[in-house]
Amino acid sequence: MTAEATAMTGISPRDAERYEEKEFGFWLYLMSDAIIFSLLFATYLVMVGNTAGGPTGKELFSIERASGETLALLLSSTTFGFAAVALSAADRSKVLLWLCITFLLGACFIFLEIGEFRGMIAQGAGPERSGFLSGFFTLVGTHGLHVSVGLLWILVMIGQVLFKGLTAPVASRLMRLGLFWHFLDIIWVVIFSVVYLPGLL
Amino acid sequence: MDVSSGIPVERTMRPYIIGIVAALILTAIPFGLVATGALPRSTTLGIIVVFAVIQILVHLRFFLHIDLETTPRENLVALAFAAVLIFLMVGGSLWIMFDLYHRMMV
Amino acid sequence: MDIIFGRLTIESLPFYSAIAASGAAITVLGALSVAGVITYFGAWRLVLFDWVSSLDHKKIGIMYIMVALVMLMRGFIDAAMMRSQQAIAFNNDGYLPPSHFDQIFSSHGTIMIFFMAMPFLSGLINLVMPQQIGSRDVAFPFMNSISLWLTTAGAGLVLISLVIGKFSTAGWTGYPPYSESQFTPGVGVDYWLWAVLISGIGSTMTGINFLVTIIKCRAPGMYLLRMPLFTWTVFVTSILMIFAFPALTVACGMLVLDRTLGFHFFTNAMGGNMMNYINLFWLWGHPEVYILILPAFGVFSEVVAVFSQKRLFGYISLVLATMAIGLLSFTVWLHHFFTMGSSARVNSFFGTMTTIIAVPTGVKVFDWLFTIFRGRIIFKAPMLFTLGFLVTFTIGGLSGVLLAMPPVDYLMHNTTFLIAHFHNVIIPGVLFGYLAGYMFWFPKAFGFKLNDKWGAWSFWCWIIGFYLAFMPLYVLGFLGMPRRMEHYEIAAWQPHLIVAAIGAFIIFLGIVCLAVQLVVSIRDREQLLDLTGDPWNGRSLEWGTSSPAAPYNFAVLPQVQSVDAWWDMKQRGVAYQRPDHYEDITLPKNTFISAFIGGAGFVFGFAMIWYMWWLAILCLASIAGAIIIRASDDDSDYTMSADEVKAIEDARFAQLAKAPKNEMEDEPGFAGQPVPEAST
Repeated sequence: MTAEATAMTGISPRDAERYEEKEFGFWLYLMSDAIIFSLLFATYLVMVGNTAGGPTGKELFSIERASGETLALLLSSTTFGFAAVALSAADRSKVLLWLCITFLLGACFIFLEIGEFRGMIAQGAGPERSGFLSGFFTLVGTHGLHVSVGLLWILVMIGQVLFKGLTAPVASRLMRLGLFWHFLDIIWVVIFSVVYLPGLL
Repeated sequence: MDVSSGIPVERTMRPYIIGIVAALILTAIPFGLVATGALPRSTTLGIIVVFAVIQILVHLRFFLHIDLETTPRENLVALAFAAVLIFLMVGGSLWIMFDLYHRMMV
Repeated sequence: MDIIFGRLTIESLPFYSAIAASGAAITVLGALSVAGVITYFGAWRLVLFDWVSSLDHKKIGIMYIMVALVMLMRGFIDAAMMRSQQAIAFNNDGYLPPSHFDQIFSSHGTIMIFFMAMPFLSGLINLVMPQQIGSRDVAFPFMNSISLWLTTAGAGLVLISLVIGKFSTAGWTGYPPYSESQFTPGVGVDYWLWAVLISGIGSTMTGINFLVTIIKCRAPGMYLLRMPLFTWTVFVTSILMIFAFPALTVACGMLVLDRTLGFHFFTNAMGGNMMNYINLFWLWGHPEVYILILPAFGVFSEVVAVFSQKRLFGYISLVLATMAIGLLSFTVWLHHFFTMGSSARVNSFFGTMTTIIAVPTGVKVFDWLFTIFRGRIIFKAPMLFTLGFLVTFTIGGLSGVLLAMPPVDYLMHNTTFLIAHFHNVIIPGVLFGYLAGYMFWFPKAFGFKLNDKWGAWSFWCWIIGFYLAFMPLYVLGFLGMPRRMEHYEIAAWQPHLIVAAIGAFIIFLGIVCLAVQLVVSIRDREQLLDLTGDPWNGRSLEWGTSSPAAPYNFAVLPQVQSVDAWWDMKQRGVAYQRPDHYEDITLPKNTFISAFIGGAGFVFGFAMIWYMWWLAILCLASIAGAIIIRASDDDSDYTMSADEVKAIEDARFAQLAKAPKNEMEDEPGFAGQPVPEAST
């Protein structure tokens, strides 16, 4: 891998090693995040019946909204992939284009999710209503927080690509952002499979 | 200028196209089944779970480009270890908590 | 509720009791004296620009150990107060009211685990591990510094709880429903939660850092199966840190949500599930105790080989045992709550796994014993701690195997038998290990050894004090005494508690000996100099650097050909070879951003505790800003020219020429294995 990287790019072996280290370290962080999410899932499953006389998932979830959120996030993963392709072709304007589209799709997701949360809270179905709702808001909300941090990161990267260009450090950071973004889409797959779809069944 | 940070940078859109198409199918079917209620509940749940697992593998392969040849071994080991631990921690927790529920109504 | 000050008021100051006020006074005085001493020596520039802003793993390691030693004293004061209260409180209230006693047992456990043991091990690993694998630094020096300052922020929150507000009364484990706001409103539990959460993030990052370092930054030829045992234990410990701390983050994060935003994860009513906290907490808690002890086992492996002057016995079995312990540590956590209602099937599964996990530890003990067997033992202080560990820890391990059986645990759970058990593994295991490591690697850190006589006296006080303080607790457990009792009415208990208090006093003398050892050694450092970098005739690569090591550790990365790499180099005659030329070396520049993030973390925790939301948001924004600034900085390294490196190395070789050939030659019992001539 390192020899390949050096041959392709002209960055020194030492720098290529450093980027590999960063990527591996970030991957380990994602593994620890996976543990956090899996424990949030476990808690959700333990508490899914603890509605304390309050509303259940069937009453609260909307399949249209869940589909919209899913579509937005899934497409955003694809568009980020297109940004990665543009990066490997060293096409700066395409990278910026696809990053912007990814940002917009991610922002759509967040917009839909905030709307969902606000609607539930307005109905008296906020997280303080029951154990089930605490579990729901924390699981889905933690994912949403991660996506929001990802959106901020996309903005920072757009700035870096604009001002520094597609340098090696910028590219390395973009690849880590990609890992993060795709990971969040995987978590969303589990969320709709464990929370929304069974809840609506 | 081409760059590498140690993970393969995909040079074509192909894997992403395959990935999105597969993911959309694997998403639409469970959503459709829930929306229409066409199959019995337990069957639908089974399909949801199986399709979720497949879709995760699709994401890993086509979006994250994880495969047994090019992905560094330590990344694969970390992933496998995380999977084992998730099984132990989530499985163990569900076992314990449902056992407690049955015995103690907690 | 005030917009600016949240729930902070004048009443939060500790003037409601003399004891609280004195605790606060000591804390404030302590902080002021540190500042005073630095000012007296005119050392602010040094402290800030050479240490606080340093990204050098060796300096970060030393600072971690300083935090650990300070918090050891604070945690010990808690212990002394508990012992003295229990010794006198038969049929009377003693001198500590219950609310105060409860804060003390809570802070004792929290401090000793999170702010003494964790920083101690992080410090030793930071100082030693990169040198053992032939690396110039850890993989992520900046993140390393953030971890240090986040840990310090957590310690700061615990310390400031003595001055403003109160600490938690919910124990170091914080079980709901007691720890929920319905039953314990007020800031105590929140102090505990934020101290633990903030330092926990630091620990997760530390685990990632160490693991990447070991996997990716080893010197050429340093295959995994040539690494020293200490590094192997660090490897497994790092895996545990990465995968266990998320469970703590989840458990404590949910409790924060319950307390601060009125969620119902663990509340009594409204669908809360209190047992889920206990399940999540101990999912972290059990691997945590292995995080604490594995590096100590690593220290013992190093010490036992060097001071038996013999190769470590059973290298592969030690590696496999370490890995087995690591994996199994995720399969036993329910043994912390056998009595809380699970069925026999669940209890017996976890009981069986708990019994099994004793086996690899037993393998290690035998490996150490076989290392000592037919060795020529040198009884320096680190070896004394090791021998004391081997005997004493075994007893603690046995009491653990007893407790592993659910029917027995039903009788012993939450009695002082349990207290005796875990102190019986933590003190001789974790603490003796880190004290041995401290004395063993002190010359590597500072260039001079610690006075061995005072080290030996410290050991004897610690071990005698330990037996007196904790063996009675086993008996008391059998006599039915529960843990955490502020006063009691059973006469038969008091004599044991008096003996325990005497033991605590002798431990206090042990701590005094440690302090005297340090002072005397600094005073006498010219006589204690380590001129070769290898004061103990060591076996692993850290003994091949100078003492203290240069910023870059190795001017030329070593080419490793064997396990016990440094010993092998000495045998082959290549140990002190002068390289024919030097290269430029790139090192990280100093920066204050990481310390800023730690400081902002501290203020953020304080703001969340006192409901000063504006301040919390401001801190989060500053942390985000600091990270973005750092993440946009592509010029964070500097290059030390080959000439500068040569100058440092020339000075080192000059010093070597003045040194005795083998610093251990004068030792009685020295096995006569000479070090090859230093080449000039």
